[in-house]
Amino acid sequence: MFTGFMTNTWVAGTLVAIVAGVVGFFVVIRRAAFAAHVLPLGAFPGAAAASLLGVNELVGLVTFSVLGALGISHLARRERRDVATALWLAVSLALGTLFLSMTRQYPQQVYSLLFGEILGVSEGAMISVAALSITAVVTIGILFRPLLLDSISPELCQAAGGSSRRMELAFLGVVALSTAIVLPVVGALMVFSLMVGPASCARALTDEPRSAVLLSVGLALATVWSAIALSYLSNWPVGFFVGALGALSYAGGRIYRRFAPAPSSPRAAAAI
Amino acid sequence: MKTGSEVLLVDHVSVALSGRSVLRDIHFKLAPGEFCALIGANGSGKTTLLKTILGLVRPEAGAVSVARPAERDGATGIGYVPQRISLDPSLPLRARDVVSLGLDGGRLGLPLTSRAHRARIDQMLSAVGVADFADRRIGDLSGGQQQRVLIAHALVRRPSLLLLDEPLANLDVRSTAEIVVLLRRLATDYHTAVLLSAHDMNPLLSAMDRIVYLANGCAAAGKPEEIVRTEVLSQLYGYHIDVVRVHGRVVVIAAGAPDEIHAAIAKDPVHTAEIP
Repeated sequence: MFTGFMTNTWVAGTLVAIVAGVVGFFVVIRRAAFAAHVLPLGAFPGAAAASLLGVNELVGLVTFSVLGALGISHLARRERRDVATALWLAVSLALGTLFLSMTRQYPQQVYSLLFGEILGVSEGAMISVAALSITAVVTIGILFRPLLLDSISPELCQAAGGSSRRMELAFLGVVALSTAIVLPVVGALMVFSLMVGPASCARALTDEPRSAVLLSVGLALATVWSAIALSYLSNWPVGFFVGALGALSYAGGRIYRRFAPAPSSPRAAAAI
Repeated sequence: MKTGSEVLLVDHVSVALSGRSVLRDIHFKLAPGEFCALIGANGSGKTTLLKTILGLVRPEAGAVSVARPAERDGATGIGYVPQRISLDPSLPLRARDVVSLGLDGGRLGLPLTSRAHRARIDQMLSAVGVADFADRRIGDLSGGQQQRVLIAHALVRRPSLLLLDEPLANLDVRSTAEIVVLLRRLATDYHTAVLLSAHDMNPLLSAMDRIVYLANGCAAAGKPEEIVRTEVLSQLYGYHIDVVRVHGRVVVIAAGAPDEIHAAIAKDPVHTAEIP
């Protein structure tokens, strides 16, 4: 399980978990779960197009998810964000249907793009995946404070001299890069569950933003490592374990919050 | 900046939003430590005026200048408390994190909190009276406490001007009075000019040094006793207004207005004013 061809899987899984944990924190507090679901689904036809053109799958994934981020952010200037996001989903699924009808890909490959494949990252792609992971995490690190401020209130970000629209674009760009990294391992349908599950649990466990990011990464690592191990042992798809463990960690957060020591002050309740 | 000179000069500013004239020839200034109420009905352009002062809306004519104090490290021109922020309890963010973002929220890179940084935050939280709630989730605090934290966020860099957009909306009577007293005290203690918008001037009358009264896109600005008067408000509204004193209260009545304005005024407490 820890030797030979599985080494890549563990390394890729670790990178995927770190990226999903960091980016997921902002996905959750910015209420961007829908975008985090649509960008991977919209990137999926990119992989189909790549195989049609005979280029690297990662190129197709990055191209389509970045196009999605630009498209959603552009449409959202004149439209509600959820509608803009849904429009991108409609366009990309239409293209995906077309490309899939043109390729002669084996159904197994399509299946693994949708549901994940523990051997999803080839040795050749590992360097690109590592570079993309570092880019995504470093970008979040650089933008941490203005992005946090913008997540609380775009107006506060603007008053501090930031541009809320640029924040949103940069954030969607990072989600797009993360998508391209996470998708081959956990599958297009499960990317958002790895971003939302651990992060939503982490925000219940701590009140401090930096600790929440670190906890989110920790839980994402636990989720991915367990999912790979369980998938290896049971031969069930990684996606199943990622989704199930994501939901479980969310439930764990809810239970913790329920039984956590109540705030000490009598004036705790949020009044009008 | 010399003491005594103005902190804010709104110099004959006109603003149009998507071709529609919203503000016309607004002119007033504020001195350090002055407390000014920006009064007007919903849609009278209060938020637009505040955003113009913040630099987020470009005036069509005229100019806004804000003094930048040079005496303190990190001091800035304007602190801002926006209208109605939803801070839900699921946000992993303590009151002190919100104030900390007021100090360096615009900067890039990971936050590294030094001892001096932390001391400034603690001091600011005490100044607005929420030191006991510093480590509590912002979303778990009451509306009045959240408002105090947001004021601390806006003031922690010691701006020369503090803008607040409807800070008293959605507060109960007691919290409203507390926030007004707090802002009045902060204006005096920090020599910060405070400009706050409200649709109801009643809770502010004891605190304000100046008033900017917006109606029909125009403003009447000055001391409250100069502005809240029959002649001045009649001229501003463009029809006859009576400022009537009853039991120590001042009620503004549109006697000669058309019927629909009558009806609107009857429903809207904006036009009811009380002078101490």
